Amino acid sequence: MGLYRDAPIGTKSGTVEQEKMKAKHQRLTLVLLAVAALLGASLLAAYALQGQASYFYTPSDIAKKQPEAGQAIRLGGMVEEGSIQRGADGVTVKFVVHDGTSKQPVTYTGITPDLFVEGSGVVADGKLTDGGVFVADTLLAKHDENYIPRELEGIDMTGKQHKTETLVQ
Amino acid sequence: MHAYANPARFLSLAKPLTFWFLILGIVMIAFGSAYGILAAPADRLMGDSVRILYIHVPTAWLSMGGWTSIAVASIIQIVWRHPLAAVAARAVAVPGALYTALALITGSIWARPTWGTWWVWDGRITSMLVLFFLYLAYIALANASSEKGGVSRVTAIFGIVGAINIPIINRSVVWWNTLHQPASITTGGSSIDSAFLWPLMVNVIGFSLLFGAIVLMRMRAILAETKVEARLRRMAAE
Repeated sequence: MGLYRDAPIGTKSGTVEQEKMKAKHQRLTLVLLAVAALLGASLLAAYALQGQASYFYTPSDIAKKQPEAGQAIRLGGMVEEGSIQRGADGVTVKFVVHDGTSKQPVTYTGITPDLFVEGSGVVADGKLTDGGVFVADTLLAKHDENYIPRELEGIDMTGKQHKTETLVQ
Repeated sequence: MHAYANPARFLSLAKPLTFWFLILGIVMIAFGSAYGILAAPADRLMGDSVRILYIHVPTAWLSMGGWTSIAVASIIQIVWRHPLAAVAARAVAVPGALYTALALITGSIWARPTWGTWWVWDGRITSMLVLFFLYLAYIALANASSEKGGVSRVTAIFGIVGAINIPIINRSVVWWNTLHQPASITTGGSSIDSAFLWPLMVNVIGFSLLFGAIVLMRMRAILAETKVEARLRRMAAE
C-alpha cells in the first residue's frame, strides 16, 4: 500500500492508482462497518432471546418463575445420585433432578433411555402437580461433553464429575 | 495473492493439488473410520453409537468452516475484486451443503439411541438446520446470478450476511440451555479421551482434504465452463 502512496503525484498513472486505492479503502471500510453492525445486531438479538430460546428450564428457573400446576413445561437437569426409585410395575420411575442449587422431584412412566443413569443429564416434558411433583410424559437423556472408553470407567474420575456447563452453573 | 488471479497459473497449481488432496483425504478417512469403527473402544455410556462421532464432528466443523470461507471470499470479492474469489465462494457452497446435511443426518442417527429422540428443536440443532437452508439459498442465488463463472454482488453480500449464523451455532450451546452437549474440544483442551480423539483428528484432516479437493474440482469445472461459454460466444460472433 505504501508503494502506491509514494507514487509521483500529478502524473496520470499515479492519480489513477490513487483513485483505485481510495475506492478499495472505501469498500473495505464499508464492509467492515456492515460486518460490525451485523454482529452487534445479532448479539443484541441473541441476548434478548436468552430466556426464550432455551430448550428447557432448570430446577432453579422453576423455583424462580413458579409456573402454575398443569402448565406444560420442559425440565432439564442432572439426576441426583441415589435418587432413582423404580416402581413395582417396572415402568414407573421416581427421581430427583437438580442443577446444583435447586431440586425437583419427578415421576415418569415409560421406558427410560439407555443414558438415563444417576448423575447424568435429563430433559423431561411434562407438568407440575399441585404437590410440586413434576410428572413427565417424555424423558430424554442429555449427553455431556465427556467421552470415556468403557475400560477406563471408574479409573478416570473426570467422567464422573459431569461438569456439564449448561446444567450445573 | 494476485499472482493467482491469472486462471492459467491457478489451474497449473490446482491440478496436482486436487489429485493429492483427494488421494490423501480418502486414505485418511478410510483409515480413521476403519480404526474408529473396528478398533477404537466403545463409550462408557453410549456404547457403540459413539462411533458416529468420527463422521459427525468433522462434517459439522467443516460445514461451519465452509460458510466462513464463503464469507471471507465474498469480502475479498467485494473489496479487492479478486477474480477467483467469487469462483471459490461458489465452489464451496455445494460441498458445504453436503457436509451440513451429513452432520444433521449423523447427529439424528446418534440422537435416537443416546437422547431417545431423532430430533429436537434446540438452539444448536435449529441453527444447524438454518445453516443448511442458507447453503441451499446461496446455491440458488449463485446459479441465478452467475457472472462469468463468479457470482453477483448480491450473492456475495448474502454470503457475508449469512455468516452471522456461524457464531450463533458455535455459541448456541453456551448461550441457551440445549439438549446438545457443549463443545468437547475447546482451546482449553479436550474432554474426549485420547482413545477416541486421535482417530477423530485423522478423520478431521481427511474430511478437510476431501473438502478441499471437491472445492478445487468445482473451481476448475467453473473456470472451464466460463472458457467454453466465452469460446461459444466468440464463435457466434464470427
